Amino acid sequence: MNKHLFNVGHTACAGCGQSLAARLVIDASGPNTIVVNNTGCLEVFSTKYPESAWEVPWIHSLFENAAAVASGVEAALKYLGKKDGINVIAQGGDGGTADIGLQALSGMLERGHDILYVCYDNEAYMNTGAQRSGLTPFSSNTSTSPIGTQSIGNIRPKKPMPEIVLAHGIPYVATASVGFVQDLQRKVKKAHSIKGPKYIQIHVPCPLGWRHESARTIEIGKLAVETGLYPLIEYEFGKLLAVRQIQPKPVEEYLKAQGRFKHLLNNPDAIKQIQDIADSNILKYNLKAQPSQTSSSRQANE
Amino acid sequence: MKEFIEGSFAVAEIVKLCKPGVISAYPITPQTHIVEELAQMVSDGKLNAQFVNVESEHSAASVVLGAVAAGVRAYTATSSQGLFYMAEVVFNIAGLRLPLVLTCANRAISAPINIWNDQQDSVSLRDAGWIQLYAEDVQEAVDLHLIGYRISEDKSMMLPVMVCMDGFILTHGIETVDIPTQEQVDKFLPAYRPLYKLDPQDPITIGPLVDPDAYMETRFAIQKTLDEALGLIPKVTAEFSKVFGRNYNGLIEEYRVKDAERVIVAMGSVCGTVKEVVDELRAKGKKVGLLKVTSYRPFPAQVIYEALKNTPKVAVLDRALSLGSYAPLAVEIKAAFFGKKKKPEVISSFVVGLGGRDITKDSIKEVLRLLTAKEKSCEFIDLKPELLKESYE
Repeated sequence: MNKHLFNVGHTACAGCGQSLAARLVIDASGPNTIVVNNTGCLEVFSTKYPESAWEVPWIHSLFENAAAVASGVEAALKYLGKKDGINVIAQGGDGGTADIGLQALSGMLERGHDILYVCYDNEAYMNTGAQRSGLTPFSSNTSTSPIGTQSIGNIRPKKPMPEIVLAHGIPYVATASVGFVQDLQRKVKKAHSIKGPKYIQIHVPCPLGWRHESARTIEIGKLAVETGLYPLIEYEFGKLLAVRQIQPKPVEEYLKAQGRFKHLLNNPDAIKQIQDIADSNILKYNLKAQPSQTSSSRQANE
Repeated sequence: MKEFIEGSFAVAEIVKLCKPGVISAYPITPQTHIVEELAQMVSDGKLNAQFVNVESEHSAASVVLGAVAAGVRAYTATSSQGLFYMAEVVFNIAGLRLPLVLTCANRAISAPINIWNDQQDSVSLRDAGWIQLYAEDVQEAVDLHLIGYRISEDKSMMLPVMVCMDGFILTHGIETVDIPTQEQVDKFLPAYRPLYKLDPQDPITIGPLVDPDAYMETRFAIQKTLDEALGLIPKVTAEFSKVFGRNYNGLIEEYRVKDAERVIVAMGSVCGTVKEVVDELRAKGKKVGLLKVTSYRPFPAQVIYEALKNTPKVAVLDRALSLGSYAPLAVEIKAAFFGKKKKPEVISSFVVGLGGRDITKDSIKEVLRLLTAKEKSCEFIDLKPELLKESYE
């Protein structure tokens, strides 16, 4: 039997993308890891007293300060001469990372702490009932960007977090998806092998908030990547090292599976705008596989 | 060794002698000289610590929280808006039962912005679950840091300590201060041994979600511990006196209270001024005294009751307010006598020295003049009537 560092028995919803991703991250990191968690779904469903799903040392303080608490943990390990051999992970959801926690994250990156920051991006404040965050995609119907006679949902595109963290000059930035498990775990391992601040943003479908069938989490995660809406990219020392190449599928395939986009299905203008976002990603990162390259990824060094 | 030294530098010296492994701070006047000096010590190799320059007070408090959770003694300092900005973390540190010493260089709260001294900042955070100790002079501020670490890290406590020292008056005042030796400090303050820490060899979960089934017990436990601190604090200060020769009670100080007919109750540097006035008036045969509150949290209500139960008239000085209600220290002094048979005939409340307004000997004499049979509530001293004339018609 495989021993996981994140146990079953927690209280996440059926089909929760974040719980799966969290397990993949910690299993790829190994037992010599200290986890600092922002407030959010993951903290709530994995540590309800007196139980805990975590087999590694784990601490939760507040919503927005995981990056700063982790900085303190890392500084303490350095002081004790124990940093080598212990991974420090700070992690949170998209709101705790890109909105309320952005300042603490920026400080952690700028100061050069040897920490991997993991953002579980389910594209809204799911723990409080699917309110709009800075990483909510364009036209998503959330409880604070609801559709109405005057609105088709969230009016802004996603905050470009990978570019924001990249601008800090940190050695490793990647996006991943719970739909591509091996790619996700490879990136976590690679991040830990590099000294300094690292950032991985993982796309994690949320059946409750996105309103999709709980059995389709992986499939929907894959579709986000395969449409070009969630490019899987990997930067090392500022250089784009690898992207997952795709045979782009139309964005409708991704949108139609989810209640949060259901209102767009007879709105060709809005769909066109979303297709433009995907096309622009495809162009920007050269995501489209050449006919001869049917394998799903292009790796510079592998 | 005795040194003629600025308050901030003296505090930096004692913090260094306490050997924190992680220091984190964000600059705010009048706290800056303390952390600048510590940063210099680290840069010069005189202090082996990780100095983490953060982007906010919220992160400063979070960094030291993380460091203590990882098993290392830590230190931070702040003032005013900085303390408020870290308020959420301040409560969190106590809730997580992490020992720590934080210096609050007391400063007024905005708006209007004002960098000068009063005690609204730390007094406003009285409910956070911290031990709050107020220093009268630089020597006491230095000693309270050392005493603070001892109390905070005591296995029966595991709660943070805030050492409050009046901004500028103490942080930038220069006094002759006895700075202890490393040997003395090491003898008094053993290396930090956490009860729990983040350790891959023994993984634990810190800071879980606690629902109505258990939350209340966590708050009860802090309340009970702070109650027990009323016993521990004088025990530690007695031990301190044996090693260092300076006597503190740690909870209160009674200055010529025994036979006094009028006693002023105060916290912080103003106590020095009050002592001078007491001496002057005593020389003229007037029976006045001072009760200094050192420990505002835990609040030593019983000790204060015993000290003042036979005093006819008491004046309480507050350098903070609970706007729309009474002055905070006065409320608690009054509460200490509520329902008791023996109590002062009068407990009057005076608000002094907000936003750095000087509290002179004349201010104290004015308080005593107004301490009559007619009880005063929130009586402002040294107000400028010419600034209150504005009309809105």
